[in-house]
Amino acid sequence: MSMTPNTSSTPSHHILSVLVQNRAGVLARVSSLFARRGYNIFSLAVAPTEDPDFSRITIVVDVESSPLEQIVKQLFKLIDVVKISELDPRRSVERELMMATVRVASEDRGPVVELTNIFEGKILAVGTEAITVSLEGSPDKLDDFEELLRGYGIVELQRTGRVALPKLDKEARTRPLKNGKAS
Amino acid sequence: MTEQITGAQALIRALELENVDTIFGLPGGCILPAYDPLLDSHIRHILVRHEQGAGHMAEGYAHVTGRPGVALVTSGPAATNMVTPLCDAYMDSIPMICITGQVPTSAIGTDAFQECDTVGITRSVTKHNELVMSADEIPLIVRQAFHIATTGRPGPVLIDVPKDCLQNMMTWYWPTDEEVLESLPGYKPNTKGHSRMIKEAARLILDSKQPVLYVGGGVLKARAADTLRELAELINTPVVTTLMARGAFPDSHPLCLGMPGMHGNATAITAMQKSDLLINLGARFDDRITGKVSTFAPDAKIIHVDIDPAEQGKVRRPDVPIVGDCRLVIEELVKTIKEMLANGEVQADISAWKSRVSGWQEQFPLYYSPSDPGEALKPQFCLEKLHELAPAGTILCSGVGQHQMFSSQFWKFEEPYTWVNSGGLGTMGFSIPAAIGAKVARPDRTVWAVDGDGCFQMTAQELVTASVERIPIKVAVMNNSYLGMVRQWQEMFYDERYSEVYLSPELPDFVKWAEAMGCVGIRVESPEEVEPAIALANSINDRSVVVEFRVDAGEKVFPMVPAGAGNDDVLLHPNQNDRREFLR
Repeated sequence: MSMTPNTSSTPSHHILSVLVQNRAGVLARVSSLFARRGYNIFSLAVAPTEDPDFSRITIVVDVESSPLEQIVKQLFKLIDVVKISELDPRRSVERELMMATVRVASEDRGPVVELTNIFEGKILAVGTEAITVSLEGSPDKLDDFEELLRGYGIVELQRTGRVALPKLDKEARTRPLKNGKAS
Repeated sequence: MTEQITGAQALIRALELENVDTIFGLPGGCILPAYDPLLDSHIRHILVRHEQGAGHMAEGYAHVTGRPGVALVTSGPAATNMVTPLCDAYMDSIPMICITGQVPTSAIGTDAFQECDTVGITRSVTKHNELVMSADEIPLIVRQAFHIATTGRPGPVLIDVPKDCLQNMMTWYWPTDEEVLESLPGYKPNTKGHSRMIKEAARLILDSKQPVLYVGGGVLKARAADTLRELAELINTPVVTTLMARGAFPDSHPLCLGMPGMHGNATAITAMQKSDLLINLGARFDDRITGKVSTFAPDAKIIHVDIDPAEQGKVRRPDVPIVGDCRLVIEELVKTIKEMLANGEVQADISAWKSRVSGWQEQFPLYYSPSDPGEALKPQFCLEKLHELAPAGTILCSGVGQHQMFSSQFWKFEEPYTWVNSGGLGTMGFSIPAAIGAKVARPDRTVWAVDGDGCFQMTAQELVTASVERIPIKVAVMNNSYLGMVRQWQEMFYDERYSEVYLSPELPDFVKWAEAMGCVGIRVESPEEVEPAIALANSINDRSVVVEFRVDAGEKVFPMVPAGAGNDDVLLHPNQNDRREFLR
């Protein structure tokens, strides 16, 4: 499993929203399945849902590494996996959070603050030699912000990996993957 | 109503309620509490000499009964010794329950004595595993484990029980079926095939001019041998049975072509290659069957019946995928085809195809060149005689290597659940413990284990278990002093450069070793000794017998599809190669 930074919404990746029983070891089951079967993960985010018995794992999959269908079927075989939906990137809202510490002396801070404001980001901490900013938004927007920040010298950067939910327009756009469930 | 018992008592009671009659195991520190209530239980415990033996015995038991085999061992090294049998059972879809002890919950993660991350280590070799966190959980986790192991695609389930969970008191309860299902919201195996897909399959079958039934282990798991026979006779279609499906269709049946694959017979291989429709029932397009996938059965449409959706399209994309239990799906197929025929539809004429297949059978029977007087014994000859003299209903177990292939080729299987072997994982040393497990489950049957001299030396100590527990099995050791299959590859593909495959002609002394373990030992060196030795072995029923056959080290398994080659490039026995063109 390689954890490569998010690239933008190119068709070579898919977002799987995986509902799992909220139990010890479930993340290990999912991640070791990816490793064992040779699938690549772009990013992975996990947190409890509105129902504390269940967690949702949002996995961005590198589909060129293996057909999506096989990944989904293998995931379904995990006993703790309850439901898998594929979210079409064009028909879902995706969000990600990024935090970055940029090395700037206090007198040169202005342009970084300005950039952060343009992107509607937040200033989280200010030191004499550095500033920590955050941005929440679509992964594309985060890519752009990260690129521009690089010019100032990023000391540390952390992104969460994306989470996603279907867009709320006329048609249903979550495709609950046909559950030839389990075995 | 609120009966208080220990977790250990709950564990043993739960196993009793799951109708467990036998446990294969070996106690140790962390599992100790579970062994105390076992003394008061009617469950028979077989004390093994190595935990791997317990695992393979549980598999052998499950192979011949369809019921899950149960292994009970302690933590740490015992758990790691179970990894091979668990993986073996996982690859071959064998229902099995493995219970391991674990260090007390308070010590987990501290690198305590005999601690290992059992659920972590076994995660990828089990259908499911579970670490018990409190005594209260035991009944539900045991019920879940049996449910998961035996439904859908069967497989091994491991339960890791910390010592304090065995010692602590709990309020006894026994979950209902509904509670078990509710507790597993993510587990709903699909058993009934999609009716539209079944109709499409029936249509393809009636239209096919060159059909082959490609039968895998799923037919045995689904207990569908009778239904399969009905289907095969209804559509008058040749049947190949994979290594995991030997016995699912009688070898003596006129429609049976035997085993396909790397060491399958030429007709079975070629019929698949030339087929226009492969009806895959519970097989998984394993690489040992397909050879080079891109050249496998290039003109065949595929109907694929498998209870595991992940097998559909994993190797070969089916034209008609049917997710379901083989028995239910085949029954529906038979019904649908009968209805279509009753409505005046007719099956395409397959007589030309069948005469072509018969032609291959006549030209390319399984063949070996018998030894001339004074020459070394041929292992194939020993297998033929073993089969000829075997009492009706004999169960044959095998290790892994040349002797395994000779067994599958030269034994004629007439009924299901009489063949026990390690197919997917290819575990050397499988046969002796598996045979013991099979004999425990079917004491009414004669059980022969065919082993190589390499395999025998991996697990032979379980014959002590067999002697002490009075489980009389019979072992045929095909001793060619080599790791024979590896030797064959080195001869054929490494210019006869033999690297680390020569064991020893004299060591160990198999007869003395057998006797030291409480068995009868017999050595056979010439063809005339073969029948009397086998007859003697068959007549001894109060203890185990080991017959060592000193066989020709130069003998190779043919036919053979070399690794990486396509099935069209199958190598026949050198004496048959002049007729090769006939297969084109």
